[in-house]
Amino acid sequence: MAYKNYILVCAGTACESNKGKALYEALKKEIAVAGLEADVQLVKTGCFGFCEQGPIVKILPDETFYVKVGPKDAKEIVNEHMVKGRKVERLVYKEHPEANDPRSEDISFYRKQLRIVLRNCAVINPEIIDEYIARDGYGALEKALFDMTPDDVLNEIKESGLRGRGGAGFPTGTKWGFTKGTAADQKYIVCNADEGDPGAYMDRSVLEGDPHSVLEAMSIAGYTVGANKGFIYIRAEYPLAIDRLNNAMAQAREYGLLGDNILGTDFSFDIEIRLGAGAFVCGEETALLASIEGKRGMPIPRPPFPAVKGLWGKPTVINNVETWANIPVILLKGAKWFNSIGTETSKGTKVFALTGKINNSGLIEVPMGTTLRDIIFDIGGGIAGGKKFKAAQTGGPSGGCITPEFLDTPIDYETLQQIGSMMGSGGMIVMDEDDCMIDVTKFYLEFTVDESCGKCAPCRIGGRTCYNILDRISKGLGEMEDLQKLKDISHAMRKASLCGLGQTAPNPIMSTLKYFPEEYRAHIEDKKCPAGKCKELISFTINDKCVGCTACARVCPVSCIEGEVKKTHVIDQEKCIKCGQCYNTCKFEAIDRV
Amino acid sequence: MAKLTLDDLRKLRDEKKQTMNQRDADNKSAEVIIGMGTCGIAAGAKGVFDAFLDELEKAGIQNVTIKQTGCMGLCFSEPTVEVACEDMPRVVYGNVDEKTARRIVREHLEGKSLVSDHIFDKPSTDIIKGDK
Repeated sequence: MAYKNYILVCAGTACESNKGKALYEALKKEIAVAGLEADVQLVKTGCFGFCEQGPIVKILPDETFYVKVGPKDAKEIVNEHMVKGRKVERLVYKEHPEANDPRSEDISFYRKQLRIVLRNCAVINPEIIDEYIARDGYGALEKALFDMTPDDVLNEIKESGLRGRGGAGFPTGTKWGFTKGTAADQKYIVCNADEGDPGAYMDRSVLEGDPHSVLEAMSIAGYTVGANKGFIYIRAEYPLAIDRLNNAMAQAREYGLLGDNILGTDFSFDIEIRLGAGAFVCGEETALLASIEGKRGMPIPRPPFPAVKGLWGKPTVINNVETWANIPVILLKGAKWFNSIGTETSKGTKVFALTGKINNSGLIEVPMGTTLRDIIFDIGGGIAGGKKFKAAQTGGPSGGCITPEFLDTPIDYETLQQIGSMMGSGGMIVMDEDDCMIDVTKFYLEFTVDESCGKCAPCRIGGRTCYNILDRISKGLGEMEDLQKLKDISHAMRKASLCGLGQTAPNPIMSTLKYFPEEYRAHIEDKKCPAGKCKELISFTINDKCVGCTACARVCPVSCIEGEVKKTHVIDQEKCIKCGQCYNTCKFEAIDRV
Repeated sequence: MAKLTLDDLRKLRDEKKQTMNQRDADNKSAEVIIGMGTCGIAAGAKGVFDAFLDELEKAGIQNVTIKQTGCMGLCFSEPTVEVACEDMPRVVYGNVDEKTARRIVREHLEGKSLVSDHIFDKPSTDIIKGDK
């Protein structure tokens, strides 16, 4: 016999410390007092996010979401909600949308997320086309082919305000319009699935979880601009995504949803997969197209843009996976629905891969205009270990940092650019007080230096020089003049590099120089790393709080800690590799990191 | 299957919508959906899949469908498993190792009670209508 109601109490670490345990006990008692043990099950759950509003209680099956619930509220919840079936209104989370908000039926506001791109991920079996079809799959293609002219489709996409999700944010409809308006005997549709930013994996998840949405969208674009051939350029490191794409394409062909005379019409379209070898620069569209053509993946100057002169010199629409995944929904639900979501300039949603020092790392999709505070503290459940938020890095190696003062800035393409970062493909790395900004910047420069194709001098030489300067600073060998040098080289790289890789490679430098000048100064003038990350600038010593427990000596990987049991230990500075394991192990605060 | 015409596609969609609606179409009263994206698999979802099969067999439960799906986005709690069981609310379980999988079979599918400490919240409302 199943229960009538379920009371879910969040037992995540944040809620637990917020008296979640006392609440659980109180609810348990009240259920017993009311004699409801057979009707109500009380369950502890993992973190729901939203920790600042904790403790959280959720009632199933009616999905009531109570926030800031204390032990004293237990009686009311049980007596009112469980016994009489009346919600305790004062505890219900309130951020109700305005009455005429067209999104209201699609968003449950406490969750903050809205899944358009990820609508089918974790809902359908990606290897069975029927499940995609059951969720209105190929309904957008059907609508385009039978109820709309190519011009209608183009207008719908233009009106939706959709912009490229690969990072630069170019209006998708305008791009399609260029290709459509260019006369040619052959046109191409390309999907950019060469996801390369460190920490980003949204494209992989879409292809693994919902491959048909991309296939359908590419066919729609083919119909719109007059192309009959498509390519998906995907990195070879994504074997599961490639398998599922191949499987999806085979099923679509069998059903006549790809190939000649789709659904019995005279429209034909087919797609091939091209594997990338993992070069970051091949995510740049001209380099990507060169790679498909079998040439070395190096960018060429634009214009002409691929939309006019692309693959083998033919007009080519090239969009990123996430952009494609939006297309079917726009046609099905209409441009009006889509452009009601988001901000003035940026419509729809954005998927972020939330990683770093955050409790609930994962893949999230939020409407444009959501603030960083909502993302980090409500959805992400706050900073791991209760540490202080220092910055969030967006846009990968081309992006910059968002500092605490911008936590309440609504995130869209323009606002991020204004504060010196960028949307990028959607990687979001959260950093806390233990992260050194010089170290982080050095990491990104190391990445771009490694991935530079070497064709143009500003990127090839400028990047290397900047890296060397940062490396010196991190070792305490920097000079104040270095900061001006960094600025000058960065400026030159921005202006003179051939493609986006070199033009944006200095962004992490410019951003950290702007927001964390004191950290640079500490490394250069005081020869100190405030976060304790840069190994050359820190040392570990044992103070007189040491009780001689030997814990540190036992974890030291190079056996450089000596001392007898119950006597103060000593670290041999010559041998110490500054791994910090002793520091993390000591329970008596007897190890100083300076 | 032969190539679809427009009518075929519409018919197929209606049919499949119904079967996705009625899980008991072929006498299955419950569904276990396992997240098998790269992240889920890396966290051990394949072993969990096998544990479900094994425990269901041991318990002699035959009316449960086990499905795979993509990533739900709750990467901090992989592997994730969604369980839909007759007369009970749909729930998402996170951090499901093989032991927890066996608990879900015994406590949730057999005992009709939720398994403590592993429930997470579904990240958002579904924007596709009419299939649930």
